[in-house]
Amino acid sequence: MSDQFNQKQYNNTLKNYQPKPNLIVNCLKAFVVGGLICLFGQMLTDIYMNVFDMTEKEAGNPTVTTLILLSALLTGFGVYDKLGQFAGAGSAVPVTGFANSITSAALEHRSEGIVLGVATNMFKLAGSVIVFGVVAAYVVGIIRYVFQSIFM
Amino acid sequence: MDYFWAFVVGGGICVIGQILLDVFKLTPAHVMSSFVVAGAVLDGFDIYDNLIEFAGAGATVPITSFGHSLLHGAMEKANENGLMGIAMGIFHLTSVGVASAILFGFLVAIIFKPKG
Repeated sequence: MSDQFNQKQYNNTLKNYQPKPNLIVNCLKAFVVGGLICLFGQMLTDIYMNVFDMTEKEAGNPTVTTLILLSALLTGFGVYDKLGQFAGAGSAVPVTGFANSITSAALEHRSEGIVLGVATNMFKLAGSVIVFGVVAAYVVGIIRYVFQSIFM
Repeated sequence: MDYFWAFVVGGGICVIGQILLDVFKLTPAHVMSSFVVAGAVLDGFDIYDNLIEFAGAGATVPITSFGHSLLHGAMEKANENGLMGIAMGIFHLTSVGVASAILFGFLVAIIFKPKG
């Protein structure tokens, strides 16, 4: 029994039934969709800079806010998740994917109520991004701070 | 030209993410977490600022810039207030993104009905 159904055999057998991702097509889709989202972000930045007379740094915040608002709305209409199935990392890696993970987790648990469903599950996926971001920034920040105070 | 490089660099970062998904079999949450850590580390060596200078939104829109902004805000306050400044400034530049994602996510979840 243990010889016949060991882990290795199971994995080999399983491989035949799993869909084989077509790496090149998937990468191309991710490239085009991710690139277009960034292109759209650049357009928004330029609009805020030219129409509202902002510097490039000031235009960063409204650009991110607009992208997040659009992403949350598209998630509400069910469009962004369809885009995600098509584009893979192309829609997950931009900041819109961060907003999508928050909104879709909140929507998914809506039936459990506003406090226990929406609010507690909101950061189910996005929480890992914030936790790892803060821990990494903290560690790198302390290293840099110590480095600066010794050598500068 | 700005638009061209924003497209190429932003798309290129997404391709790295797609390779991590397909070849290394990571989940999207693992990819996003790795990218945020990568952004913070790259900013630690002052590399990410050059990328932003070069690619504009191609570098600020991907999630890597979240890690970059976390560290950037932390270092800004650390230069003024010492070691405690890291904790004071860590959300200094990213609070717009996090706050608006929470607000809009909450509002959408209240207004819309979940779709299959």
